[in-house]
Amino acid sequence: MIEAIRDAMDVSMERDERVIVYGEDVGFFGGVFRATQGLQAKYGKSRCFDAPISESGIVGSAIGMAAYGLKPCVEVQFADYVYPAYDQIVSEAARLRYRSNGDFTCPIVVRMPTGGGIFGGQTHSQSPEALFTHVSGLKVIVPSNPHDAKGLLIAAIEDPDPVIFLEPKRLYNGPFDGHHDKPVTPWSKHELGEVADGHYTIPLGKAAIRRQGSAVTVLAYGTMVYVAQAAAEETGIDAEVIDLRTLLPLDLKTIVASVKKTGRCVVVHEATLTSGFGAELVSLVQENCFYHLEAPVARVAGWDTPYPHAQEWDYFPGPARVGRALIETLEA
Amino acid sequence: MADAGMLRFHVPEPEVRPGGTPDFSNVTIPKAGSVPRPEIDVDPRTIRDMAFSIIRVLNRAGEAVGPWAGLLSDKELLEGLRHMMTLRTFDARMQMAQRQGKTSFYMQHLGEEAVSCAFRKALQPGDMNFPTYRQAGLLIADGYPMVTMMNQIYSNEADPLKGRQLPVMYSSKEHGFFSISGNLATQYIQAVGWAMASAISNDSRIAAAWIGDGSTAESDFHAALVFASTYKAPVVLNVVNNQWAISTFQGIARGGSGTFAARGLGFGIPSLRVDGNDYLAVHAVAKWAVERARANLGPTLVEYVTYRVGAHSTSDDPSAYRPKAESDAWPLGDPVIRLKNHLIHKGVWSEDRHTQAEAEILETVIAAQKEAEGHGTLHAGGKPSTRDMFEGVYAEMPPHLRRQRQQAGV
Repeated sequence: MIEAIRDAMDVSMERDERVIVYGEDVGFFGGVFRATQGLQAKYGKSRCFDAPISESGIVGSAIGMAAYGLKPCVEVQFADYVYPAYDQIVSEAARLRYRSNGDFTCPIVVRMPTGGGIFGGQTHSQSPEALFTHVSGLKVIVPSNPHDAKGLLIAAIEDPDPVIFLEPKRLYNGPFDGHHDKPVTPWSKHELGEVADGHYTIPLGKAAIRRQGSAVTVLAYGTMVYVAQAAAEETGIDAEVIDLRTLLPLDLKTIVASVKKTGRCVVVHEATLTSGFGAELVSLVQENCFYHLEAPVARVAGWDTPYPHAQEWDYFPGPARVGRALIETLEA
Repeated sequence: MADAGMLRFHVPEPEVRPGGTPDFSNVTIPKAGSVPRPEIDVDPRTIRDMAFSIIRVLNRAGEAVGPWAGLLSDKELLEGLRHMMTLRTFDARMQMAQRQGKTSFYMQHLGEEAVSCAFRKALQPGDMNFPTYRQAGLLIADGYPMVTMMNQIYSNEADPLKGRQLPVMYSSKEHGFFSISGNLATQYIQAVGWAMASAISNDSRIAAAWIGDGSTAESDFHAALVFASTYKAPVVLNVVNNQWAISTFQGIARGGSGTFAARGLGFGIPSLRVDGNDYLAVHAVAKWAVERARANLGPTLVEYVTYRVGAHSTSDDPSAYRPKAESDAWPLGDPVIRLKNHLIHKGVWSEDRHTQAEAEILETVIAAQKEAEGHGTLHAGGKPSTRDMFEGVYAEMPPHLRRQRQQAGV
């Protein structure tokens, strides 16, 4: 998936010289996950460069560049490090169009690796998407596969508003079939590992149905899409798995159509449970599908603890936990 | 020798509190004309002492003296005086309008008019300011319509910002005035980013960042200095030291660095201090810094030494934390009176003409106010529609906001 993300920036930089890429270790080295490898050599130091270790500086300067008329696509090395930039994102990027009545706008993309599964401990594993979905003026994307990652990132770069682009780092260098301790199918054998050359976009705000089913709807995004699929296969439950792809604005239509069909819903995410994005999803399902529901909507999420190191796979909401929720929801 | 033993916690205090006699004897004021004017390509290491001095042009006799003098014609100086007087009158009227309940909030510039009015005249069209809420002189001196400013202050039906922003948080790309956030220091690094973008685009336009003494303590200020220094961004980094951050005296943000200009030295940024109540000095230093930026010589940090004569805002009462007579004791005087005296000394102005100009300006401001109030004030007359509240969050309204707008019935 990392190649698809790099390709998206490459294609965008090639097509539009206003696209500028920078962040910590992003220039000469090409990023700690190598997402920007080769871009400096190809486009020069004015368009791809190293930044000081200052996330508020990176995002704050990007806002200024966007106000000038460029289209910065900046990297925050880990989502866990975005907090110093939070004020710039929430109070500035998200509100600039609104507060200036369109006099100034902020077409920036802030990319950051998110989620766990690589033994990163509490400083390299967090999933802070709910901190961004709570902010009016932002768009929030979480891709789950190389094909989508490229199309969504190009669409994000071309979008006229600020986009938070959360890249599940567990999927960077290979697929994930829901289990950390079993062999996986490589991206080359995955249908969605196929990444077309050149320019294409996937519209923001559109979910995808990854697995058709009629018994229960599972709402997931990022790494958890694979966990949900594994849970469905392993329990033999005819679950419909929806990959949300864009959390804000949300594709409510697809969600409501599916839940009205199945009458049951399980919401999964890796982030901590309390006030997580799942709470929003459950509310929306309840508001829009209450009279079609045959069971309470269940949530499976990370425990409400900091992300632990050694206990990573006890913390991670894996196929066993999701499977149990599916069974309980069907039996309810 | 330092004494060992029990540690003591240190909290700086201003020289005087309410009830005391104002004392600025600790503020060293160099003679006007005494600070040299280096070439713009000077090695920053050789002018480090300028971060601890004060560049001044107007002396007590009203003469313009020294190497920073002589840049402005009589016509330009008279225009500058008019801008400062206009801003002062505008402030007085809007302050009163707030007291009359025509708006919720106002922030005036009393005593600091020279800083933004003179700085604007050093810029070219297309340059971009990233201001705080106390630089409206940038708009006044650029000919931005006062009626439009008042419409914004009143959040009325003609408010260009549709009632979404707190009063005085103007925005005008056309006049090189970036949307004021109201958050502190965030705009400082954005200005550096704008300047970086201009350099990346091989443009010739430069940026100006603005911040007050208090908010230099924010990490965004330091991020801005790192980025400006690293990428040699074409930006002027302005620090307006008006001595007070609401009730907090400047020593709390300054710490042990001596001056705010000295903050720039560790970044290798040429850092100058200037008499902020001296229109000619502000303009001359601004021009020097702007020329450096445009000549690819990188950022300059400028500290304007001035004094906030008024309250922080209409929600503040300075008599609770500083002596009432402190502003009269401020050793750098009043910027309007100083420029007026200079022009009288030059024989191009007089007390009579000044009084006449005051009356004319008041009339112009009142006329603008009448026109603005014809479009409504915060609680009366025309106002932005509730529908406007939902517009402009995104370029295209997403489905969830459309649903909410429907629920609101607008």
